Amino acid sequence: MAYAYHPYDYVTPPGLSAPELRHPVVIVGAGPIGLALALELANHGVRSVVVDDNNVVSVGSRAICWSKRSLEILDRIGIGEKCVEKGVTWKVGRTFHGDREVFAFDLLPEDGHKMPAFVNLQQYYVEEYLVEAALANAHVDLRFKNRVTAICQTGNSAVLSIETPDGAYQLEAAYVVACDGARSPLRTLMGLEFAGELFEERFLIADIEMKADFPTERRFWFEPTFHPGQSALLHKQPDDIYRIDLQLGWDADPEAEKQPERVIPRIEKVVGHRDFRLDWVSIYTFQCRRLERFVHDRVIFCGDSAHVVSPFGARGGNGGLQDVDALGWRLAAVIDGRAGADLLGAYDRERCHAADENIANSTRSTRFMTPADGAERMFRDQVLALSAHTDFARPMVNSGRLSRPCVYPLADAPDDPRLPVASRPGCVAPDAPTGNGWLTERLGRDPVLLVIGTDVPDVSGCRVVALADNPAIRARYLGAATGAVYLIRPDQVIAARWVAPDPLSVAQARDALWRGLA
Amino acid sequence: MTAPSNPTHLVTSANLADADGFYEALLAAHKGLNEAQSAALNARLVLILANHVGDNAVLAQAIHLARESGKAPV
Repeated sequence: MAYAYHPYDYVTPPGLSAPELRHPVVIVGAGPIGLALALELANHGVRSVVVDDNNVVSVGSRAICWSKRSLEILDRIGIGEKCVEKGVTWKVGRTFHGDREVFAFDLLPEDGHKMPAFVNLQQYYVEEYLVEAALANAHVDLRFKNRVTAICQTGNSAVLSIETPDGAYQLEAAYVVACDGARSPLRTLMGLEFAGELFEERFLIADIEMKADFPTERRFWFEPTFHPGQSALLHKQPDDIYRIDLQLGWDADPEAEKQPERVIPRIEKVVGHRDFRLDWVSIYTFQCRRLERFVHDRVIFCGDSAHVVSPFGARGGNGGLQDVDALGWRLAAVIDGRAGADLLGAYDRERCHAADENIANSTRSTRFMTPADGAERMFRDQVLALSAHTDFARPMVNSGRLSRPCVYPLADAPDDPRLPVASRPGCVAPDAPTGNGWLTERLGRDPVLLVIGTDVPDVSGCRVVALADNPAIRARYLGAATGAVYLIRPDQVIAARWVAPDPLSVAQARDALWRGLA
Repeated sequence: MTAPSNPTHLVTSANLADADGFYEALLAAHKGLNEAQSAALNARLVLILANHVGDNAVLAQAIHLARESGKAPV
């Protein structure tokens, strides 16, 4: 069934009758990233105002693939289980050349994780759940139909000019976070360069409603017989909605291609019948761009406003939620004085690194899917030809490298080579079953000393989580060692680890975390 | 002939026991192909050999040498 859009109420903001007190944080944009950040800050006890120029959730399904890491982050702010329950869980992807399968992958081959590898769920549902959670949270002041028209920065504040249906007012904040999307008005108002690359290719994206028993897998075709010479992607969503992406070529006329009389015959060739309803259609081009820096004094960019990628790795929305993860605890610590503003430099450093990784992956996928004439097309076609005959060429077939959490380069972090690679410093702490629950549920919000099979080091300022070992804990946290201590950041990233810790080293690692060094 | 001392080093000294035989086989593989088919065969051959080498550092040296040696002599 089609999603029923319900506009949210506009409420006259207090700033229209009297100047408002300076707010700790104002977030611009009530999309998934802005709302997730507001809820993450609320988890850390920090209030924020969220302004949005609109009053409905996303029109069209837009971001649909939510990664395991995103689900863990959404779980921390209270909507992860709801997303899994409503969404379509999948972990297998199949890639075809013509009608022949060339490559399949399983994104989560092991058990013992609370969250699945991927869930497909329309962005409008994720936003709906986030809006509900935000409206119910006393730390979040969500204001619809509040549009930013100007921004200026003073020494220790940013001041926004806001337009509402009842007139204009100003909002002053210690920090403004721009979560206002790929076309970020704040980025434009500040005149910041958004450097990168546009790919000369057009894709048709269509959501259709139909009854079908396609398996819950991601399916990607190079040169399918139903869409000769181009590529195609099929994803299943809840409510009997299917997402179809069709490559059209750079010469396609975007207006003409959006018309149902043009779209319906194309879809008919994909699904083999006309028994479907067109739910949403859009034509898009790819861009890979990023800001040179994400922190500009009192204005911080987060999500698509900071970086954009092509959609094939699901690295846009998922990358944005990982920005929220890296920013929330640090901004909260700066706001309440536990850390200096330098800590935000670590957000900038880590997420610029992650954006480069996402852009590199996305650019490689795009090059493979839409090769330029000449050598690019030659090698692409020959990789596909070889993949029919030999194993080795199959991993070269690139239909998108799906979002995985960035492993931050923490080269100076204490580490022990006897411990497993999957939990080295810089990695998100791998989930595992613990007693009646999950490890990820016991991490987050504050720094944790995870202690397994050894004595608790005498160090203040960390919450101790002592674990009994089980096969998953052993495989993911001990390896050949009999005991270990892990220092885990509030964003569930491993900051340091030891087999036999000396309390001084643990205390130093704890301090490094608050100074933005780990 | 001595084996390369460093396994991540591209072998640029003569390393084929029967260079003439290889060259003949290479030409034979291209016999009867048009220009586009030959280019495609070469592309597949590069991919197959690259996988056999299996070392990005060695392959980077090979790519560099191939590109540099295509330039006109100074």
